[in-house]
Amino acid sequence: MPGTPEEILVEKPQPLAVLRAEIAQGRLRAEDLAAGYYDRIERKNPLLNVYLSLTKERALEQAARIDALAEKGDPLPPLAGIPVGIKDVLVMQGAPSTAGSKILQGYQPPYDATAVKKLQSAGAVLLGKLNCDEFAMGSSNENSAYGPVRNPVDPERVPGGSSGGSAAAVAANLAVATLGTDTGGSVRQPASFCGVVGVLPTYGRVSRYGLIAFASSLDRIGPLAGNVRDAATMLAVIAGHDPCDATSSPAPVPDFAAESDKPAAGLRIGIPDEYFAEGLDDEVRVSIEKGIDALRAAGCEVRRVSLPHTKYAVPTYYLIATAEASANLARFDGVRYGYRSRHSDTLSDMYSKSRDEGFGAEVKRRILLGTYALSAGYYDAYYLKAQQVRRILAEEFLRAFAEVDAIVTPTAPTAAFKIGEKSGDPLSMYLADIYTVTASLAGICGVTVPCGTTKVGLPVGMQVLAAHLNEGTAFRVARAVEAADF
Amino acid sequence: MSDKVTVQDVERVAELAHLELAPEETTGMLRDLNAILDYVAELNQIDTSGVAPLAQVSELQTGVSATALREDVLEPSLDRGVVMRAAPETNGAFFKVPKVIEK
Repeated sequence: MPGTPEEILVEKPQPLAVLRAEIAQGRLRAEDLAAGYYDRIERKNPLLNVYLSLTKERALEQAARIDALAEKGDPLPPLAGIPVGIKDVLVMQGAPSTAGSKILQGYQPPYDATAVKKLQSAGAVLLGKLNCDEFAMGSSNENSAYGPVRNPVDPERVPGGSSGGSAAAVAANLAVATLGTDTGGSVRQPASFCGVVGVLPTYGRVSRYGLIAFASSLDRIGPLAGNVRDAATMLAVIAGHDPCDATSSPAPVPDFAAESDKPAAGLRIGIPDEYFAEGLDDEVRVSIEKGIDALRAAGCEVRRVSLPHTKYAVPTYYLIATAEASANLARFDGVRYGYRSRHSDTLSDMYSKSRDEGFGAEVKRRILLGTYALSAGYYDAYYLKAQQVRRILAEEFLRAFAEVDAIVTPTAPTAAFKIGEKSGDPLSMYLADIYTVTASLAGICGVTVPCGTTKVGLPVGMQVLAAHLNEGTAFRVARAVEAADF
Repeated sequence: MSDKVTVQDVERVAELAHLELAPEETTGMLRDLNAILDYVAELNQIDTSGVAPLAQVSELQTGVSATALREDVLEPSLDRGVVMRAAPETNGAFFKVPKVIEK
């Protein structure tokens, strides 16, 4: 069992329950643990570029509060003293929120996002804000206005995106767990590239209040952690209905960690052929097939399912997401917060110059595409059509979940690619999301769990999908894969 | 659905979106938009006649109301001064912007 921060600050995060017990029993001080993490961040961050800002004062105050509780022998909250990092698209009082964009440079939000507030109330020590693609638009973290994040497994490679900082922070043990956001795969794909666990909660499971919006019908906040049980513990803390988000679900929140402890034996697992077709890297395929064998060995019943419209998910996703983004990003106008161009004499000029100087290329590309898809004469052909296909895709999943409890697929078609490899070609970058966007459109939940590595040691992730509000099932299956020996 | 986007289209859409693009940006966006729109034209292969559009997924979750409206009651909100501090220019009570109408 770990005792001192030096023993705890190894390459991989210690399980959350172990750290919490050490703190509760007075063998580890939360303040020392936080200070140890800040030391580690100071050493590793110059290379990895994971943190955009640190919130030491707030973190150490919280740690001191936890230590005082522990000293008195008072009961501790579920995340007491656990060092956690927050993706920079979530607002947090006392820290800048840039969303990875120049247009929000220097913005200091006056409130906490609901998910952030819940972590704070649960005793988590919030270390700082994590780098990401600008407004969560990207699959490699190369679209951040503050420079790319490097993958801790191989710093020449991308960590995935858009929650690249959130995944790399866990992989490099610069936080025990983090929050990311997932609109089309932005938690799952980077978790897969960095070899950590990432959760896509059911749409509405976690309040979006305080999340800087990209595509409101798709955006979700999800935890990343070093193991499935910790991710489940994190989700139970941040989930639940919130009067500040009308789309948040009133469904009761189960004890997800306890759910994840249940054996996977007897669960029916669906394998969709469409996710193993052309474009899937051979080494990824082999790893996932071993993972499926492990599920069989764990007593799951594996059968084939068909999701024939899968290939239409990426175009559907990019029309809907960009249309919603073009509306959501209209709020960045240089009036109420963020960047204002100095080179304008009139209001109209100020809007367009502020936006031109403040937004990066990918954000402009998506605003233009979305505006085009919504504009007079094209609305029916693009936006409406995409919404109709969205229903077809969602219903296809619902039919499949009448036959199976979970569906497993690769999380991404390849392992992490090199920095610069795809950044000149937006379309090839969009295809990095090919296995994740359908679940986003359908609103169902899922978990990505490490499932072996390629020959050169790059992590491969298995995506476990389950029906709406069935996160517990996804966690059980992911635990079985995690327990397998590859 | 596969009409080619022109430079004029890009300029018109940029104007609608309040984006002022440099000429070289317009060229790049033209190329990218055409590539992306060619790709999304695949959706034309699907017959969607009679399919109702799906704008948001709450309706797919059994037992969940899509219209969770709260009581309309007055509640304390963020302090005006705190909100104003985030703005590029204010007089303390209002946001200041450049002139709206040219003389």
